[in-house]
Amino acid sequence: MSLEERLDDLEELIEEHILDELCEDCSLKRERNELTLTVPRDRLLDVMTVLRRKAALGFDQCTDVCGVDYSAWKRSEWEVANAPNTGFSRGAERDEPLQPAPESRFAVVYHLLSISNNWRLRVKTFLDDDFPAVDSVVGLWKSADWFEREAFDLFGILFKGHPDLRRILTDYGFVGHPFRKDFPLVGQVEMRYDEELGRVVYEPVSIEPRVNTPRVVRDDCRYNPDGIEPPAREEAADG
Amino acid sequence: MAEIRNFTINFGPQHPAAHGVLRLVLEMDGEVIERADPHVGLLHRGTEKLAEAKPWNQSIGYMDRLDYVSMMCNEHGYVGAIEKLLGIEPPIRARYIRVMFDEITRILNHLLWLGSHALDVGAMTVFLYCFREREDLMDCYEAVSGARMHATYYRPGGVYRDLPDQMTRYEKEHLGSEKELLYRNRARGGSLLDFIEDFTERFPRLVDEYETLLTDNRIWKQRLVGIGVVPPERARQLGFTGPMLRGSGIAWDLRKKQPYAVYDQVDFDIPVGTNGDCYDRYLVRIEEMRQSNRIIRQCVEWLRNNPGPVMIDDYKIAPPPRAKMKEEMEALIHHFKLFTEGYTTPEGEVYFAVEAPKGEFGCYIVSDGANKPYRLKIRAPGFAHLAAMDEMARGHMLADVVAIIGTMDIVFGEIDR
Repeated sequence: MSLEERLDDLEELIEEHILDELCEDCSLKRERNELTLTVPRDRLLDVMTVLRRKAALGFDQCTDVCGVDYSAWKRSEWEVANAPNTGFSRGAERDEPLQPAPESRFAVVYHLLSISNNWRLRVKTFLDDDFPAVDSVVGLWKSADWFEREAFDLFGILFKGHPDLRRILTDYGFVGHPFRKDFPLVGQVEMRYDEELGRVVYEPVSIEPRVNTPRVVRDDCRYNPDGIEPPAREEAADG
Repeated sequence: MAEIRNFTINFGPQHPAAHGVLRLVLEMDGEVIERADPHVGLLHRGTEKLAEAKPWNQSIGYMDRLDYVSMMCNEHGYVGAIEKLLGIEPPIRARYIRVMFDEITRILNHLLWLGSHALDVGAMTVFLYCFREREDLMDCYEAVSGARMHATYYRPGGVYRDLPDQMTRYEKEHLGSEKELLYRNRARGGSLLDFIEDFTERFPRLVDEYETLLTDNRIWKQRLVGIGVVPPERARQLGFTGPMLRGSGIAWDLRKKQPYAVYDQVDFDIPVGTNGDCYDRYLVRIEEMRQSNRIIRQCVEWLRNNPGPVMIDDYKIAPPPRAKMKEEMEALIHHFKLFTEGYTTPEGEVYFAVEAPKGEFGCYIVSDGANKPYRLKIRAPGFAHLAAMDEMARGHMLADVVAIIGTMDIVFGEIDR
């Protein structure tokens, strides 16, 4: 059975068992031969339980769990769409504060795999900025244990019911959540050995953040090989 | 009577059997392990965060440094994800080259694993034998990319360049005698493909050599049989992939089940274990080396007879040839834009996984339509394997921990990222 046919089957099953029976607020999207199921955060555990336990769906492996911070979505460091009479912008000078959508700043993304049926599913749930917390799925898949610890460490997402939610990748005594978009790439502290004190000390970083290549978002699809028609552009400012 | 308490020991981060920087806190009841708590992250470099700040192509080099003994497989995972996002497919010759180098990489990885695993358990000779063959394979890396390990050879849209007609050779000034020079250059007279073919002819006998040293070795079996048993159900539950899953008897291999590149056009078998112990996983990996050898032979055969482009003909993604740049304005502009701004991908998210030597290496990319990834998540196989340390080591003796670390084939570059 080809990948497309398997995904057709899976799509039907999910519509039947989850969208119709369990949770109407979920949405299912198919893009690039991948299925994404978006679930409201309070229904996540119910949906995951069905995905795990229902033999027809058979998601026996949790391949990956990760966090995403959407607060810098589509933020470009270089104005490219319009060419005003003052000339093009020089890039990498933006100092705008991040504008998180407070209801859905974070997302937790689960990648599930069914070995018996040979299909994959991505489950996504959005979390708010104030108290990003979601039910843990460790009870369903043991492999989620460390993945959830990682998402907690890097994004500060809390997993309710996790047996051992400690930091995992960052240093002992680390402050902050480094993969959030408001955490600088150069970090906040640096470390050196102090001769007088005879131990390692932490100090605020001395290096400046710099941007070699500005981040550019282009909506005109000029690099899109399918040649999809570019969306209508705003008229350039009169020069 | 005195109070009897469990003893806690620290294993690593500086320990020769810790395969890098693993700190393992072990709670012992005498010689028996009650609880194992691995502390990872001592090699955390924030690869995923760094990738968010760089144009797509500039992060390929970081992928080599993740699992630094299976470099090109990591590149394949990342580059494949970008290609899926862009909706492009590299030319057929590039896909054959990728498969060939993926398998060379698999042998490289398994040789290092075998050598260090045997060394940990107490067999010194195997280590030396394995590194002898690794040298030849790293020369293949060098011949195509110029670097012995961190190749950055795969690019979105194909591979950096075609296979060289001339295999790299030793020069006289680095060696003592003429005789030595002739000996070292004995298989290097022709092209890279000739060299690889010569290797594939020698290699099965060399695997026999390793097997003579280990497979029926009484000490080797005493250390491995019945150690770290993982039943199939637990292996699935713990997120095992690759040889760790196949050692438990589940015939799951992405090369067969969800074929990418040209794996559906080459012939090979999937070895599967029965008992799920360290010894079965050893046998699985040994057989995988033989199967990789088979795949490489088929690729060499195909690549000899089918010349062609190795990069897609789209200057929005791949740079134009140098000569063209000197002639054409368009080509110059493309080159300039590509190396300053890079290309932007369509908005969306993809997950692309390859069967790396250690298991499923996947890249999850979220793009907002910029010239850099919005979020890159690397799914490293070793991360899930090491998470099972507690379950696998519990109830075993201290010396078995070393065998279990060895059988997991742990590399901290990919676990800590």
